Amino acid sequence: MQASPLIEVRGLTYCYPDGTKALDGVDFHLSEGETVALLGANGSGKTTFVLHLNGLVSGSGSITVCGMRLEKSNLAAIRRKVGLVFQDSDEQLFMPSVLEDVAFGPVNQGLHVGEAKERALEALQLVGMKHAGGKAPYHLSAGEKRRVALAGVLVMNPAVLVLDEPTTFLDPPGQRELVNLLKRLPQAKIIVTHDTSFASALATRAVFFSSGRVAGEGEPAALIKRFEWSAS
Amino acid sequence: MRHVQLEQFARRASYLHDVDPRAKVAALGLFLVSTGTLPAVNLWAYLGFSLILLVGVALGNLPLPFLLARASAVLPFSLTFALISWIAGDTQRAIALAAKSFLSTFAVLLLIGSTPLPDLLRALASLGAPAVLLMVIQFLYRYLFVVVEQAVRMRLAALCRGGSAYSGGHSSAFQRAAGALSVLFARSYGRAEGIHRAMLARGFSGQLPVMTPSAFRWKDGLFIGIAASLILAVRIGYASISTY
Amino acid sequence: MCYFIYDRMHIPDGVLSWKVWASLDAAALPAVGLAARQAGKNLEEQGIPLMGVMGAFVFAAQTINFPVGPGTSGHLVGGALLAVTLGPASAALVMTAILITQALIFQDGGVLALGANVINMALAGVAAGFLPYHYLGGGSWRRASIFLAGFFSVLVSAALALLQLTISGVPMGMATVGISAGFFLVNALLEGAITLAVAEGIEAINPAWLRKPAADSGKLTGVFAITAILLAAVGVLFASAAPDGLERLLGWSGISESKDHLIATPLADYQVNYFSSEWLRKSSAGMAGLTVVYFLCLAISRILRRRGSS
Repeated sequence: MQASPLIEVRGLTYCYPDGTKALDGVDFHLSEGETVALLGANGSGKTTFVLHLNGLVSGSGSITVCGMRLEKSNLAAIRRKVGLVFQDSDEQLFMPSVLEDVAFGPVNQGLHVGEAKERALEALQLVGMKHAGGKAPYHLSAGEKRRVALAGVLVMNPAVLVLDEPTTFLDPPGQRELVNLLKRLPQAKIIVTHDTSFASALATRAVFFSSGRVAGEGEPAALIKRFEWSAS
Repeated sequence: MRHVQLEQFARRASYLHDVDPRAKVAALGLFLVSTGTLPAVNLWAYLGFSLILLVGVALGNLPLPFLLARASAVLPFSLTFALISWIAGDTQRAIALAAKSFLSTFAVLLLIGSTPLPDLLRALASLGAPAVLLMVIQFLYRYLFVVVEQAVRMRLAALCRGGSAYSGGHSSAFQRAAGALSVLFARSYGRAEGIHRAMLARGFSGQLPVMTPSAFRWKDGLFIGIAASLILAVRIGYASISTY
Repeated sequence: MCYFIYDRMHIPDGVLSWKVWASLDAAALPAVGLAARQAGKNLEEQGIPLMGVMGAFVFAAQTINFPVGPGTSGHLVGGALLAVTLGPASAALVMTAILITQALIFQDGGVLALGANVINMALAGVAAGFLPYHYLGGGSWRRASIFLAGFFSVLVSAALALLQLTISGVPMGMATVGISAGFFLVNALLEGAITLAVAEGIEAINPAWLRKPAADSGKLTGVFAITAILLAAVGVLFASAAPDGLERLLGWSGISESKDHLIATPLADYQVNYFSSEWLRKSSAGMAGLTVVYFLCLAISRILRRRGSS
């Protein structure tokens, strides 16, 4: 018996304001416990695609998240289910202190400030940044910012984690830490990445984007070989 | 950047740091108004106010040389007016100008050096400042360093490619600077869009967060009481309001 | 006056007389509240993050040098650029945020003097930076209108600052005022040039970033607005330096009758108590008169616009 997918996308199409097609009929599915890597050239539509998953961008086609059809009326609920970690951590950590930033999500969900801060501390503990609660974001290193951004998403108890180029600016030890951290998290994950070793370490499946379409899907190693997607 | 240093002092611990920001703002307001309305030159008043400020420095466990240096930043501007006054024969005004500007600046530094900006903004919110304005200041402060650093890197990159500020003639250097600013604008706009998306992704729905300050304690009231007494004691000694 | 060589129009604490800073603080508060309310209406768009980041942008922009001559360079002040991209209310709010940050964190400008600095740069400066583009920006005068926007925003800010300083009794003789006027004229021209160059650069990247000017309200309204601003600025200068010259000016334009009428009624008792010296009285009355002229021009242009569009 097949469990219903967490995310089901059918025929997603999106055009930029100037008319160029960013996505052209993309089908996609994500099941419980899966980690899917999205590979592809710059501009192939990977980031545009993931921005559709929590309704930040709206194209035509159907998107269903945890049984809910993505529409304006249930955006709030869907954004609780799909947690998006952006490529630029500086854009994500916009509050004056780490703790306030992580607590931003729960506060918006209606939680009392004190309770939101408690949950924020728990999330920071999960990512190993509990000590940094009072710090200002620009005092943190790239890896620390990434972990805080992840905490800010985890604190909302999402069902799906989406990470856009999470290894950007991370040194190899930082990347290893991130791999270990992500392996410990139970949520289903979608990882947009150029880092093929990162993808191979974490993903059970990979999807290859090309010119706004899905050009291939399957096991990461096989896909990397097929599209000659390694750095050497 | 200079403001980073000041901010690190603001995060320390001391008696002054612990006082409720609203109490400190009230004390600062009273101090500024008192110095700002001093009649003519009165060295005893300046001394009195300086002593009050020094007490503040001690209570705040702040480095005096640093504060003196930062406060001196106002002098190039106020001394210009002082010079004009002195040349025109108004020595009184010249001295008063220099003294008042320095005292005021130092007092402001005491506040900023002992209060992290977000706490200060919260205090201003409860004193009635518009939330929109305070949020803009908060975001401005958050991204100030980021955008300035970006500008510095752009300048360095241009320098590396042989473009000093004056190479190629003034008009092309001018155009290059304009081009750099347009790119910086574009990147800033893109950054703002990214921040907005990040806010939406975590459930932001247009409602400004309510900045709730902590409770006012009796020791904060005590602080205001003592500060006000000292300030007014110095000020009332010179009862008539400034004639200029 | 070295003040304007530094290219800074921020007035520090301790310079203005208490009546001046107190009344300007009182005047600025509701104005800023209004701007905040207006800007707060469009928060569903980028709203606050955009305003905050643009404030940071202006800070950063002030570090970039625009060479204008051997050893000299200027930099963007930003009021006009903000006005033509974000609109007047948001621009005013961003400039206010910048001024507050400068006063508190960088000790650039006084805290009690914030009312004055906000009125000069965030309110009047932004308005003077918005109106030329708004009225003249459509059509063939577009580039000129952006230049004028930058030019007038600095001109008006500096003129107002100068006025506030003289009313406060800082003894600036005609020579000093004249030299200052020269300097801030140069700064104003520079701001015009820089604002135009950057605005064109921005437009090349994304034309949508420059706001749409008022739809075809006619060159006449624009000319009215410019003339009004110019009158106000020049008049303020006169009031600062040569009160008698001001009276002559008002005599020329035939408003001297109404000027006396104005002074005779609401301002009469007020100014006798308020100021101790003759020329201060005249200059403040003149300033009030000019403000009336300015708003009259604005009202006329509004009426013309409505007539034109119906």
